[in-house]
Amino acid sequence: MGDSNQKSGMSRRNFIKGLGGGIAGATAIAAKTGKAAQEGPHGAMVVGAGPVKISLLINSKKHELTVDPRTTLLDALRNDLDYTGTKRVCNKGQCGACTVILNGKTILACSMLALDADGASVETIEGLAQGNKLHPLQEAFVKHDAMQCGFCTPGFIMSCVSLLRENNQPTLDEIKNGVAGNLCRCGTYPNIFKAVEDAATTIKKGG
Amino acid sequence: MTGWKKLNDMTYLGKSYTRVDGPDKVTGRAKYTYDLKFPGMLYGRILRSPHPHAKIISIDASRVVNMPGVKAVLTDIKDEVFFVGDDVAAVAAETEEIANEALLRFKVEYQVLPFTVREEQAMLDDAPKVFSNRDNNIGSTQDRTEGDVEKGFQEADVVVEQTYHINVQVHNPLEVHGCIVKWQDDELYMWDSTQAVHGERSAMARHFKIPENKVHVISHHMGGGFGSKLGMKSFHIICANLAKKAAVPVKLMLDREEQFLAVGNRPSSIQKIKIGAKKDGTLTAFQLDSFGTAGIGGGAGVPQPYIYQFPNYKVNHKDVFINAGAGAPMRAPGHPQANFAMESIMDELAEKLGMDPLELRIKNDPNKTRQQEYLIGAKQFGWDKRLKSGSQKGKIVKGMGLGSGRWSGGGNRETKANVNIYPDGAVDVKIGTQDIGTGARTIVAAVVAEELELDLKDVLPLIGKSDYPWAPASGGSTTTPSISPTVKLAAEKAKNSLIVRVADEWKVTPDQVIYSKKTFTSKDGAQSLSWQEACELLRAPISEMEKWNEGLSDSGTAGCQFVEVEVDKETGHVKVTRMIGVHDCGLVVNMLTTKNQIQGGMIGEIGYVTMENRLLDADTGIMPNADMENYKIPGALEMPDFNITMFDESERGVIGVGEPPAIPGVGAIANAIANAIGAHFYETPITPDKVLMAIQGKEGKS
Repeated sequence: MGDSNQKSGMSRRNFIKGLGGGIAGATAIAAKTGKAAQEGPHGAMVVGAGPVKISLLINSKKHELTVDPRTTLLDALRNDLDYTGTKRVCNKGQCGACTVILNGKTILACSMLALDADGASVETIEGLAQGNKLHPLQEAFVKHDAMQCGFCTPGFIMSCVSLLRENNQPTLDEIKNGVAGNLCRCGTYPNIFKAVEDAATTIKKGG
Repeated sequence: MTGWKKLNDMTYLGKSYTRVDGPDKVTGRAKYTYDLKFPGMLYGRILRSPHPHAKIISIDASRVVNMPGVKAVLTDIKDEVFFVGDDVAAVAAETEEIANEALLRFKVEYQVLPFTVREEQAMLDDAPKVFSNRDNNIGSTQDRTEGDVEKGFQEADVVVEQTYHINVQVHNPLEVHGCIVKWQDDELYMWDSTQAVHGERSAMARHFKIPENKVHVISHHMGGGFGSKLGMKSFHIICANLAKKAAVPVKLMLDREEQFLAVGNRPSSIQKIKIGAKKDGTLTAFQLDSFGTAGIGGGAGVPQPYIYQFPNYKVNHKDVFINAGAGAPMRAPGHPQANFAMESIMDELAEKLGMDPLELRIKNDPNKTRQQEYLIGAKQFGWDKRLKSGSQKGKIVKGMGLGSGRWSGGGNRETKANVNIYPDGAVDVKIGTQDIGTGARTIVAAVVAEELELDLKDVLPLIGKSDYPWAPASGGSTTTPSISPTVKLAAEKAKNSLIVRVADEWKVTPDQVIYSKKTFTSKDGAQSLSWQEACELLRAPISEMEKWNEGLSDSGTAGCQFVEVEVDKETGHVKVTRMIGVHDCGLVVNMLTTKNQIQGGMIGEIGYVTMENRLLDADTGIMPNADMENYKIPGALEMPDFNITMFDESERGVIGVGEPPAIPGVGAIANAIANAIGAHFYETPITPDKVLMAIQGKEGKS
């Protein structure tokens, strides 16, 4: 029993630490907005709804921006900046269309506040190609027609970039698992699988 | 006018080539309506009804209008709401966050009215009325008869009678519905995620009583529609009214939940069927009593008797209103519902007759193309290895099923296109169609490149604007047979104009000029000009317009699919393991995108039959699963192996293929599951609970 508790990754001590993080976070927001946290109508601590300055390193380019504290990373990318390659589809972490790579890990940009990404390095679909030279995954998606309407495509490609970084020769099952969090309504999955297999071979050859 | 070249003589048509906007889509450069913004643009949101049926007594927006950032408010949209999610009020604000917060500040007083969300209940005499001005909840009805159905059943040796309940499916294009409206003086510009730039233009012009040529609808890229974006909806009007009030552009994109509630769905269908056949499998009679609901809309009819030939039939159908969002056409409207019931009862009949299901179909299917497709599919699939239903032991059992489909489609004769050749050698083609993901932009360019013997990259396809020549809505598999012939004829006319210009220069008659592979030569061989040099002779661009004409396209497709599944008898989990599709669409304009589209249709069938279900709570009228986790669509882990064969009928010209692949697998999947466990299904979606109940029911009987 003791072992399984450890593996769950959430010990009681960490849980309490997590709560502490929330309070510390509120203080950090207060510092940024210049407004003190105050008691809200139901006793919860509420921080002023003023705009907050943050900085994001997007595709190696630094952006300073001022966001509404409610703004998600997705909306900051799309509305406050112009990184519209990252799509909004379900806006609640169910479809994978807003997948970006944050500090080396894929995340769903709709499910993170822009504030929480302050100072982070974000990779989006716009940063993959080198000038006119497409990334091998982008090449392979075009070659195998791994898209129809194309609205899910950026999210799929970002999931696949991350997959191939972790595992450069994935099996078909590993590819399926790698994109299991991304939905495509046009039904292009089999072509996506082919594209990832092809890109993996290209990358292995140094392409 | 000349016809299509021979298949072997063509560079693009009949072959595979990648889509021209592929690089834009994989880099994020492709701008969809959702991605656009304009200076000063506001964000619109709609307040939606929490009640399935209510009168709006009053809307207090005093706490909204004074909110910083709120620029326009609409409270006069309607005075009665008919479903949860119906429009109540709207707001436009400087940011989405402000607009969302504003929705919480409206105070609406409703007079809640009785409602019904169950079609069986809605049909009863004492049911709450969806529309107070109607006598009951019955909408349009159908009565069709052929032959003498009583006599047909008397002739039958075997009769099967069953009732099938088919659920409501929701389109779920990944880009939700939405638009941006900008008024410039008295002209309306609308960027819209639409399947019909011209249809929207006409509808908006009519609604706002302005001339059609003062409405401009634009859809450069759009993230899917599947039929749900074929026409003007209330949010377009709301957005335009907000933009008018605020006097700046307004962007109004719905969210996922609104998509589930308010902009369309595939209607339900309840079909009570009686079918009769002779001992040798010859069908003698078919009788259907059906009803279905498209919410507050119509169109729940089914094209029965589907596919198979019955000398005698009688069909009776009723559309039923309930308090739910209106239905909308969805990939092959009515056909998947008809297919599920027909293929299911055909398999049950085959079992009673002791006949192979394929043999029964071959015997009763009058379509010559499908007769050949059955044999191709059965061989590829290994149909002869199909085991007797329910004969396997063990936890995991396999099953096989097949199904058929048909669709008409065909080209629209009003379609027009404009091909331009410029003095610098550039070529473009303008046509007011739109690419909803099918690759229409690519085929427009490819058809011109084929006709002018240029490279695909040399032709600029300009589509997605209502200011371009008229083309029909992208629906009903009509796009490719409408636009391909039209664009070819315009390109041919432009080419002939260039030939005339070269002939003038050479002082010969046009018939003395031969054009081939970017080179003009005189018949005597004395003169020659490259494409570039010939274009440089032009003082102004050649600009030719042509209209659709007969002879380059056709309508009517067949198609069949074979499906293999694995069923876990302990959990009821179904895994579709193999799907084989044999389809035809005349001259295939792009093999790569066509096969992709067919595969996509087949994946949609997996969702329809085994997962997707629009639930409505009978006590509250609320849809409890209006999101992409609780309303499940197929994902990567559910993918079977696919094999798609195009049955060659290229001599027929171009035919559309959007709808045909979304039909045959529906019944085929159900029949494969039935074959695996030895029990039939009468209700969709066939989720694990229903599989377990079917297994239990069978064991209970034995």
